[in-house]
Amino acid sequence: MKQNFQNTNACIACNPRPATALSRRAFLRRAAVLSASGIVLLSPHAWAARSLETDSKRRLIVVFLRGAVDGLNVVVPHGEPAYYDARPTIAIGRIGASDGLIDLDGHFGLHPALAPMQTQWRDGTLAFVHACGSPDPTRSHFDAQDFMESGTPGVRTTQDGWLNRSLAAIPGTHGPTEALSLGPTVPRILSGKVPVANIALGRAAERPMPMDRPVIEAAFDKMYVGNDSISRAYRDGRQARMRLIGELTQDMTEANAGAPSPQGFSDDTDRLARLIGRDPTIRVAFMALGGWDTHVSEGAAQGQLAGHLKPLGEGLASLAKSLGPNYQDTVILVISEFGRTMHENGNGGTDHGHGNVMWVMGGPVKGGKVYGKWPGLSTASLYQERDLAVTTDFREPIATVLRSHMQFTDAQLDRVFPGRPRSSGNVDGLIKA
Amino acid sequence: MVGEESKQDRILHVLNRLAFGPRPGEFEHVSAIGPERYVQEQLHPESISIPGDLSRRVNDLHTLHMNPIALFIEYQRPINLARKDAKSDAGGDKASIDKTSIKDATKDARIQQRVVMREAVEARMMRAIEGPRQLQEVMTAFWFNHFNVFAGKGLDLIWTGAFEETAIRPHTFGKFRTLLGATAHHPAMMFYLDNWQNTNPGSPGSKGKFEGINENYARELMELHTLGVNGGYSQADVIALAHILTGWGLPKPAGGGGGGTNRRPGAAGMPGAEMAGMFPFMRRRQNLMRPGIAAVDPSGFYFDESRHDFSNKTLLGHQIEGGGIDEGEHALDILARSPATAKHLSFKLAQYFVADDPPKALVERMAQRYLATDGETRAVLETMFTSAEFWDPRNYGAKFKTPYEYVVSCVRATGVPIRNYRPLYGTMQILGMPLYACQTPNGYANTQDAWLNPDAMMTRLSFATALGSGNLPLENPPFEEDAGAAPRPEPPAVPRKGGGKVNINFDPAPHGPKMTPPDPVQLAATLGDYFSPATANAVEASPTNLRAPLILGSPEFMKR
Repeated sequence: MKQNFQNTNACIACNPRPATALSRRAFLRRAAVLSASGIVLLSPHAWAARSLETDSKRRLIVVFLRGAVDGLNVVVPHGEPAYYDARPTIAIGRIGASDGLIDLDGHFGLHPALAPMQTQWRDGTLAFVHACGSPDPTRSHFDAQDFMESGTPGVRTTQDGWLNRSLAAIPGTHGPTEALSLGPTVPRILSGKVPVANIALGRAAERPMPMDRPVIEAAFDKMYVGNDSISRAYRDGRQARMRLIGELTQDMTEANAGAPSPQGFSDDTDRLARLIGRDPTIRVAFMALGGWDTHVSEGAAQGQLAGHLKPLGEGLASLAKSLGPNYQDTVILVISEFGRTMHENGNGGTDHGHGNVMWVMGGPVKGGKVYGKWPGLSTASLYQERDLAVTTDFREPIATVLRSHMQFTDAQLDRVFPGRPRSSGNVDGLIKA
Repeated sequence: MVGEESKQDRILHVLNRLAFGPRPGEFEHVSAIGPERYVQEQLHPESISIPGDLSRRVNDLHTLHMNPIALFIEYQRPINLARKDAKSDAGGDKASIDKTSIKDATKDARIQQRVVMREAVEARMMRAIEGPRQLQEVMTAFWFNHFNVFAGKGLDLIWTGAFEETAIRPHTFGKFRTLLGATAHHPAMMFYLDNWQNTNPGSPGSKGKFEGINENYARELMELHTLGVNGGYSQADVIALAHILTGWGLPKPAGGGGGGTNRRPGAAGMPGAEMAGMFPFMRRRQNLMRPGIAAVDPSGFYFDESRHDFSNKTLLGHQIEGGGIDEGEHALDILARSPATAKHLSFKLAQYFVADDPPKALVERMAQRYLATDGETRAVLETMFTSAEFWDPRNYGAKFKTPYEYVVSCVRATGVPIRNYRPLYGTMQILGMPLYACQTPNGYANTQDAWLNPDAMMTRLSFATALGSGNLPLENPPFEEDAGAAPRPEPPAVPRKGGGKVNINFDPAPHGPKMTPPDPVQLAATLGDYFSPATANAVEASPTNLRAPLILGSPEFMKR
């Protein structure tokens, strides 16, 4: 059995010098899997046998940048001299310089590696929320990711994740493809009562499992004939696996014929878009990308961070295009557990910080704007005199998306984010009325 | 014959619940002595002898028998030394620090650290698979999970095995208070739940990252380890307990948490002081020899009175007089004796051993026994194992196996010798239950809700097929560094934080045969030759080479 147990999710937070290509490949793989699983949705039986009470096509995609992306180098406050003082070797060049920032609003500029996303910025479907983050002071990836996924900062014993609770808050029964997740286990954010189509895959996703062999399937089929929960899970799994392998085989054939391009990420987001096109019942999708823990040699316009941002930006821009009309019903959130220190450290990197930037993209977004209350970068305004302060709780933009885009009531929001903070008004208008 | 069937049921039931399923010959053993006597035997593991071969192989795992101090010296110090050397070579010039040498030393040390983790995994699994003291193994897994620490968090990579070996395993059947105390005094727990940084603000030792209260351990101690989430404590109790536990933790790190009794003028002139300055545990050893310094537990636990809050406190209505480390012991007494704790622990035990939704009356009786025996685990277990609820046939085969239980029970049933545990670890990982890698302090669930999903079924059956066909490379030790050869580079994939998994690759051994395929007739006999009609028919209708996979992948074998 050449089954793969490589954990593509592992160690994103711990490896100070993550392999750019690896983490990009991980994203590619996951995107491939997500799109591949789309064929599942054509299944006439288990996967289609689902009842979504609402015919709403509104959906939410969450991309988690694990390891704490340096938000100050993603959406750069170039209007603040302190930024350049604090980052002698890793500050992004000023607007107009070669490889310089892309101006957003005169005060903030976009990392040049994210140039493909200018399209969405200009057409008003890309927004950022700056100085956003968790009220919890932890600088532990471990705790901070946990809190951002549970949606209950400071409470360690919450068992489920806010994305799952979001689905649970929608009335009606929940089918197995309402939530799609990529990776070997159900991530914290999607764990909970609502079933999740979770596809355990890794480096060798394309390798067949013993269960793919017809003679073995046929033999097990005879034992799992009952209407008990284990037999039902078996049959659901068989359906999914069969179609998944079919799609993967097709993918490989295409890849062999066309020779995979190094920029294949966009191809994969195209497939993700097709998947959403095929199955209107998908409400949420989740993927995680690693490699952002840039303690050492972060780089500026070029380098480690840029190398990670480039495929991410290209993929997201491509996703926006290839979603076609579905883009109008989709909001994509890009989140990360905390930001990084304002000052670069002695190793050309940045250490664990506090406030960060959240990315919000999609047709329903009133974009072309950097939302939030900017706290400034003077020493006195920094959190503990070292990090960008948090002026907008991360739950607020998410709650706004859920309310205005997914049409949640306050009561539903309370179930998603129990004890959520009162609105600061910082992200009012984030979603088009 | 109904009577025979009923006896078969009872034999399987005790082997499924007190053990990780039957090994070859065990069904016959229980059949011969009777299930009731088997229960008594298992409740007294000291009466069961361990095969010499297993003892020898466990003893050969040398890191398993090292204490946290020795582990730190062996596996963490090289990194600290490299940092120190590089810094001192560079003088005051930060820019000229030789990062490559630090990087190389760190890389080497990390490879070695993973050996510690691997040995912990092997020790746990070889005892669970082969060990005759099965209830001891079940209870070790149960209590470890109850007092979960995450090996992916920093120093717990090298301390988790020692934690289980010395803080959990010896106390599985004894007084809960002893077990609780052992975990509270272990550096793995102090580190995992951050109490090593828990400091009374403004105390003489308050400095750097030791400047304030950290409630993490205090909260989990009540919520998870003792009283339970509805156990009647308030936020004020959490804060009070955190203050009581200030100073509980690790020996002071170099340069941090200065001041206090450990930093005496003249220390720098002592022999070895320079070493101590960069290496905290060396300093601690000196402290052991110096009069007037608080006693240090040989395990590496350290109570730093310079960071302790000596004021009087109120915990759960009890007055606790300021008095140093004794306050914490007093608090542990209060928590261990609480009826809420009795109920919380009884519920968890009954959920594990009886049913996902355990009978309330049984939980209540177990809690009463707990209180009557001052928290003796063996007595509580006995109440449960002799209860009508435990022997209610409706509860037979009603627990869906966790990934750990499924993998261990499969391998036990086949009886194949294991020298390579990676495929087993990898399977647990892909099923979402990597050993020692549960991030959150509440441990893994053991209910069907948590583990049954479509993809998990495909993975389990693929594992069953691979194992049942003899296609897992289980018989060849894959770790060359064991033989003293150059360490084989392993993938840099042990998450320090945030990853949620300790990644041991499923990497087939390159040489030699994989394993002997299990004989389906023997396998069926091991399991009592007792299957549902659907399974029996499917097995009979299949070619010989598919019979073992089908038995291991049968619906009844998914449950215990």
